[in-house]
Amino acid sequence: MTKDEKYSIAKWAMEHAVQNGAQQARVSIYNNNSSQIEVREEKIDKLQESNRSGMQINLYVDNKYSSISTNRITNKEELGKFIVEAIAGTKYLAEDEFRTLPDPKRYYKGDGPDLKSMDPKFTSVDPQQKVKDAFALEKEVFGSDERIISVSASYRDGMSGSVMVASNGFKGDTENTYYSLSASVSVTDGEARPSGNWYESSIFNDELIRKDIGKKALKRALDRLGQAKIGSGKMPMIVENKVAGNSLGPLISALNGYAIQQKQSFLIGMKGERIGSDLMTIVDDPFIVSGRGSRLFDSEGMATKKMPLVENGILKNYYIDTYYGKKLEMEATTGGTTNLVFKPGEKDLEGLLADIDRGILVTGFNGGNNNGATGDFSYGIEGFLVEKGKRIQPVAEMNITGSFKQLWKDLVAVGNDVDPSRSWRLPSLVFDNVDFSGI
Amino acid sequence: MSIDRRNFIKTGGAAVAGTMVLPPLLKSCQNIQISPDVKSYLDHFEVTPETLQKVISEAMSKGGDYADLFFEHTISNSLGLEDGKVNSAHSNIDYGVGIRVLKGDQTGFAYTESTNLQDMLKVAKTAANIANDPVTFKESDIFEKSIPNYYKVSQKWENSTIEEKIPFVQKVNDRLFELDEKVSKARVFQRDETSHIMFYSSEGLLTFDYRPMATLGVVCVMEKDGKIENDYSARSVRRGFEFMTDDVVEELAREAVKKTNFLFGARKPKAGELPVVLGAGGSGILLHEAMGHPFEADFNRKGESIFSDKMGKSIAKDFINIVEDGTMEYNRGALNIDDEGNDVKKVYLVKDGVLESYLHDRISAKHYGVEPTGNGRRQSFRYMPIPRMRITYMENGPHTTDDIISSVDYGVYVDNFTNGQVKIGAGDFTFFVKSGTLIENGKLTEPIKDINIIGNGPQALADITMAAGDYKTATGTWTCGKGGQSVPVGMGLPSVLVKKLTVGGTSA
Repeated sequence: MTKDEKYSIAKWAMEHAVQNGAQQARVSIYNNNSSQIEVREEKIDKLQESNRSGMQINLYVDNKYSSISTNRITNKEELGKFIVEAIAGTKYLAEDEFRTLPDPKRYYKGDGPDLKSMDPKFTSVDPQQKVKDAFALEKEVFGSDERIISVSASYRDGMSGSVMVASNGFKGDTENTYYSLSASVSVTDGEARPSGNWYESSIFNDELIRKDIGKKALKRALDRLGQAKIGSGKMPMIVENKVAGNSLGPLISALNGYAIQQKQSFLIGMKGERIGSDLMTIVDDPFIVSGRGSRLFDSEGMATKKMPLVENGILKNYYIDTYYGKKLEMEATTGGTTNLVFKPGEKDLEGLLADIDRGILVTGFNGGNNNGATGDFSYGIEGFLVEKGKRIQPVAEMNITGSFKQLWKDLVAVGNDVDPSRSWRLPSLVFDNVDFSGI
Repeated sequence: MSIDRRNFIKTGGAAVAGTMVLPPLLKSCQNIQISPDVKSYLDHFEVTPETLQKVISEAMSKGGDYADLFFEHTISNSLGLEDGKVNSAHSNIDYGVGIRVLKGDQTGFAYTESTNLQDMLKVAKTAANIANDPVTFKESDIFEKSIPNYYKVSQKWENSTIEEKIPFVQKVNDRLFELDEKVSKARVFQRDETSHIMFYSSEGLLTFDYRPMATLGVVCVMEKDGKIENDYSARSVRRGFEFMTDDVVEELAREAVKKTNFLFGARKPKAGELPVVLGAGGSGILLHEAMGHPFEADFNRKGESIFSDKMGKSIAKDFINIVEDGTMEYNRGALNIDDEGNDVKKVYLVKDGVLESYLHDRISAKHYGVEPTGNGRRQSFRYMPIPRMRITYMENGPHTTDDIISSVDYGVYVDNFTNGQVKIGAGDFTFFVKSGTLIENGKLTEPIKDINIIGNGPQALADITMAAGDYKTATGTWTCGKGGQSVPVGMGLPSVLVKKLTVGGTSA
């Protein structure tokens, strides 16, 4: 479906809603095309292709609100009936004065820069090349070490496009592409069969890193050989950049307007207050060229802005959408993160480890959860015991337990190894005094 | 069960909505004997037996061993209550057909969101590419089979209106505030889903399933002395509108208040290896993570599971019997047929302590030369089936709950969980304990909360030293994720003692 076709159906649906009893309506239409090739033992194991489209309509009827969605978007008779029925059903709901479209002044006006999120060559990538890329990855390690039990290598790509229109004057569209290569290797270790993974991804096919993915996955698997739990105790925790998002995620959730208004956040009333150490500085930056989370408008159509989130440990902003902004009597910011940029430090991971007398480098999380209302957390981890800057032995089957209210105040060092291939650009982080449970 | 076509079209005013306009009845079967039930599904998806055969022939045209078509039409409706009022609703329609071709262990898969012949032929051609020896496929004769019905519906969701549903949602909220003055926020949600499934394979099997799902849940927030806590209660079963009763409302409201109240004053245990008593019911998450996933045959076929070499070996005490079952009536994890058209079965994974069976889909059953176990499942027509759990439980053991608790000097009793996870190869599994109770000198003492427990599957299984006779099936809304696909599951357990697991907590 072309962009114009999407706009045409979206506008029709929006007008149909407004002509049939909705005072306001917002309609978005998307389509995603993706393919995946997984190879094992020098054969294609799975070949998958996906072409998906769908529509979502938000309806504002007599101060009442509902939404509908469907993947049957080309039959106007059916779609029209769906909309009319939904409007009739919405009238049975209770009034909710806070439900409205955003203030049109906040809308993106179509004047933003090119964020380069779309590879124009996407449709001309040779399918044979995709297969070759996946096989090349497997070949890096297949049969290279007698401890290997299984190697899986995958190529994936995808293109998505969306348009959105709103009855109080919004019109906007997005286009994105991605490519990724990943490998997973299992190795034998007595009874156990630990595995290691690695992946690379890009927006442009020409920029996809194709080398050493299999080798890195194998190394991460072999690194796990002989993993064991060690004694419980308080130690510094070094979190590798690849998994640092796990330690930030619950804090970001606690900044959401919904969590605050519904009293499910441990950061209620903390704007302007200290929530982390001086080393914690995070900016939400939607305008990074080819940033994975870059966008010109949010899911409601509001123009995005560069927003300081935490400055030297002081909380600067919440994520507030139109609805919860009204409920909380706070100005709406935006409903969710774009690119989160953590201010890097001076040292790489090895440099951070060199300063550790005895601690645990966490390279993976395994389950666990947190209590959003109190900030208490407990997670399974795996990684390495580090002594005098050296990885002494792989550790696993251990938990960390504490509170996010305290953890970020115990941030004592920040690496320079920010990973730009993710929307959350986080470096490796060092936290002091973390409770580890093992033996 | 057949679709009542008139009612299906009539659904005006259901939830927010929930209708598809379909063309007049098609003449679906000229020469082939088709039962009225199956015929109603063919009409529903606007296809004929001839169309199905054409699409399968295209799918098999490159020399595949086997192909199947999975048609799905799912209507879901939900209602939300926030700040005292039922003030949001959502309806979704999803429709399409997934086409899969197998060649040995290899899979080609594609789907289309239209059941138009040309669109189906196009994706059949894509899926066919997993094989590359062009052949002429000889069509199989179409046959049906009788399927059981583990979820009989009295009032279909398609025939239920938003007006009928709203009062129950409101009542959960109102009861919550009546039950305890500490309640400061409540969020209630109701969701119903109706899936029409039709399945056709290159072997000629043509069958169908009608799958309802009903969910009602509440998040309860309470405040006491400046502290805020919240917990969650929900029920989810394969039933129609008859699921919505005053009894379920009362049960949920009382449970949510009780669970949330329990959290005030709870603390964290001492960190380290401790004996863990798993209370009957929701503790089935232990089986799901520690054993269920590593028993899934795809991991074992590839040698990736820590249980890959254990078939026929003793892996637990001889009083331990672990079952995988898709036939438990109305359970969230029940199915009439699996998503590959196979019969669902009750299967012993562990019998008298010995590993007896993996969980198979078609590929792995063929690989191991065994009968499929009915564990081939998929999130929707957009995904290929893989081995998945349905309802996983342990049968009663010889001990009593009192014996178990009194045998523990210092440990934890846990019975309220939010989530779990497992690393298949290393065998390390975890589950998060929302609340539980400390055991000191054989007695339950203080409440504990918000701790993760981690263990190693084979070790934990061998370390189950006691199991009681108080089996319970878990209530709640368990959803299992694997390979990017989510499916509803069930679980159950009698109270058991695991000699030691690593418990999150504070170090001395």
